[in-house]
Amino acid sequence: MNAAAPTVDWPEQLYRTLKRAGVRQVGYVPDAGHARLIERCRADPDIRDVALTTEEEGVALAAGAWLGGERAVLLMQSSGVGNCINMLSLARSCRFPLLMMITMRGEWEEFNPWQQPMGSIVDPVLKLCEAQIYRAAKADEVEGLAERAVQHVFGDERIAALILSQELIGKKVWVK
Amino acid sequence: MSGPVSGLERRAAMATLLADRGEDLLVVPGLGSTCWDLAAAGDNDRNFYLWGAMGGAAMIGLGLALAQPRRRVAVVTGDGEMLMGLGALATIGVQQPANLAVIVFDNGVYGETGMQPSHTGAGAVDLLAVARGCGFAASLDVRDEVALADLAARLKNLSGLLFARVAIAAVEPPRVLPERDGEVLKRRFRAAIGL
Repeated sequence: MNAAAPTVDWPEQLYRTLKRAGVRQVGYVPDAGHARLIERCRADPDIRDVALTTEEEGVALAAGAWLGGERAVLLMQSSGVGNCINMLSLARSCRFPLLMMITMRGEWEEFNPWQQPMGSIVDPVLKLCEAQIYRAAKADEVEGLAERAVQHVFGDERIAALILSQELIGKKVWVK
Repeated sequence: MSGPVSGLERRAAMATLLADRGEDLLVVPGLGSTCWDLAAAGDNDRNFYLWGAMGGAAMIGLGLALAQPRRRVAVVTGDGEMLMGLGALATIGVQQPANLAVIVFDNGVYGETGMQPSHTGAGAVDLLAVARGCGFAASLDVRDEVALADLAARLKNLSGLLFARVAIAAVEPPRVLPERDGEVLKRRFRAAIGL
């Protein structure tokens, strides 16, 4: 890597993308990869941050938000995708716009082998659920892909997942 | 104690809750029996019928209540549907939307699938205690017509997060089927509130 390259602050870019899109409800299960974005949303008085007990709640939350005229986003880790599968029927049956931003585990420099089984099937599972996938491997492509996902979701009332690769997020440090 | 077999008649209970409902009341049922109950009480564009998404009714209600703070939102679901999404009560309790009522028609059985006992019917799970533990300060135990009338009055002037468990007789009336095209239901609901 070129040490002189400017650092791209992609969590901040994601926050600004959500603001530009007019997102008012942010559902999430706390996640280290999304920590900064969650922190920004929690500090924003115009965004309602909704901590969830399980990710599928966020699919239903986003549907309710849209019924009431607000845009929502669902933030989660790759393991949460599995928790959403049946509830995604709600978005598919009614064509609710659903924007998901997913941080990956189990695909690169993963210390915890229990993350691999779900991490390895995130893309095919989402494709089967009719989600358009935008996968970001490098920091400088996050914002552009996020904008495309926003357009796909709210412009066409569809489902999209912005997938943030584990290499982008960085290795989880396991020492205390 | 076994399930509340001697509870209220479900169609009449729904009709009482929704009598003169007003244009600002938005209703989300669970899938199955409460969805048929809602349709039987009279079709309304401000109903968002569910034919699936089991466990999701209360969370749809939350997203809707947050987006429409000047309208009242009532989720009327069954014990089985509520049990599948019990975590939603915790999530809603943290959010405390003042315009949301979560009402559970509790007959202690899965009526849609052949009257198998639910966890509430087995007497082991008390949904009122769960709701209180999740931060629903107002939690009503509705077992008779007087309490039902009180719930209906509170729903009319909803002024704070509300939970109610309505004891329902384990009898399944004939199905009354509403529109089932999800896109149609979504569009007509949004149009009805000016979106």
